[in-house]
Amino acid sequence: MPYFEMARLALKWALTKPPTTRYPFEPRQPIAGSRGQVIFTGDNCVYCTVCAKKCPTGALKVDRALKRFVLDRLRCISCGSCVEICPKDSLSLSTGHGFPTTSRDSEIYHGS
Amino acid sequence: MARTIIPFGPQHPVLPEPIHLDLVVEDEKVVEARPSIGFVHRGLEKLVEKKDFIEFVYVAERICGICSFIHGQTYCQAVEAIMDIPVPPRAHYLRTVWGELSRIHSHLLWLGLMADGMGFESLFMHSWRVRERVLNVIEATTGGRVIFGSCKIGGVRRDMDAGAIKDTLAELETIERDLLQVTRVFLNDSSVKRRLCGVGVLSPQQAHDLGCVGPVLRASGVARDMRTLGYAAYQELEMAPVTRTEGDSFARCAVRCDELLQSISLIRQALGKIPAGDIAVKVTGNPKGEVIMRTEQPRGEVVYCLKANGSKNLQRFRVRTPTFANLPAMLKLLQGCELADVPVLVLTIDPCISCTER
Repeated sequence: MPYFEMARLALKWALTKPPTTRYPFEPRQPIAGSRGQVIFTGDNCVYCTVCAKKCPTGALKVDRALKRFVLDRLRCISCGSCVEICPKDSLSLSTGHGFPTTSRDSEIYHGS
Repeated sequence: MARTIIPFGPQHPVLPEPIHLDLVVEDEKVVEARPSIGFVHRGLEKLVEKKDFIEFVYVAERICGICSFIHGQTYCQAVEAIMDIPVPPRAHYLRTVWGELSRIHSHLLWLGLMADGMGFESLFMHSWRVRERVLNVIEATTGGRVIFGSCKIGGVRRDMDAGAIKDTLAELETIERDLLQVTRVFLNDSSVKRRLCGVGVLSPQQAHDLGCVGPVLRASGVARDMRTLGYAAYQELEMAPVTRTEGDSFARCAVRCDELLQSISLIRQALGKIPAGDIAVKVTGNPKGEVIMRTEQPRGEVVYCLKANGSKNLQRFRVRTPTFANLPAMLKLLQGCELADVPVLVLTIDPCISCTER
């Protein structure tokens, strides 16, 4: 039967660099492939509303007549459905998670 | 002797989630435990009337924050069974890999909580240190840390390329090395043994009669594991249910420690023989019919019952989660135990209350 298993483990990690990072002095590096924030680039968007129909939480609202794209970040679950369905590649997912917000306002983009 | 009722929960340092127990005690001995649940009921089963059957994968996955992937996978398998969708073999293998990764992170979470519950804080930190590495692998391959979001009806939403498979296998080496160091403490440390050995013994007959599932059942010597049904890619992988015969709290801990290594072996096997090809098929039409689907979650067998009438919304949706099945056993274990053993016994069934309340 092995003895002093915990002592050995504790001693090893007492002499090793901590596995945690010193946040916020050392910002977390996003992992490649992570589903972070939805990014909207309106240049190609034709306001077809497919993304809004596919959004499971109703975080997206698109008005074709007004050429308006509204994104409610607090409702978005970063599932990526809109990114997969977008026919014009106007939506993408970044690996970062953005900054905390102090308001519940949606982000509104107007097409030209 | 006079009886006293001590309320335990719903908010208690040892409980990660809310469950309330009225402990009827005589001196320091628990005579009876009366549970009450329903503090975090969210009515997810009713949501099938609002979300269509494709969107509902996201809801099914959010039934639980720990065994999330397997909930989503079971729901997808159930709908695929109704609609008779031929899922590509590669998708089956990827589901198996992610299901096992989720089992590893769930068991490590439990080991940490167990160590914390018996007052072994440093071991708790070490368990969760290893779990963090597993979460990083999950995030790199699926995009999410606990809500994977990578399963959909007809297959999976993400593929693992050769580079990702190589990186995952390399990381598994490190995880296995770290795991062995941590599980050796759980299995050999004298203070852990004194706290767990002989506490809350459940005989094989009792475990069977009370309807136990998962590690609680297997720790009592009953070799029942839903993975042996051969869903996803399990029929092509070598595995045998991990069992112990003692039936006490230590056996339940040991079963989970051994299952960690079993999961690593299953991931290696699956990634070693993963076939090339598509990862999803197109789904057309609406489901019509009724199905029952059983899979093995980290906590045990989960049963999904779906009824669809050909519209885009399901007609009925019911989930029997493993913790719900293990609650009668927990109440049995609490009868006659010492008051100081209550936190350990509650934790040994690995209670997941948000699963139970849906």
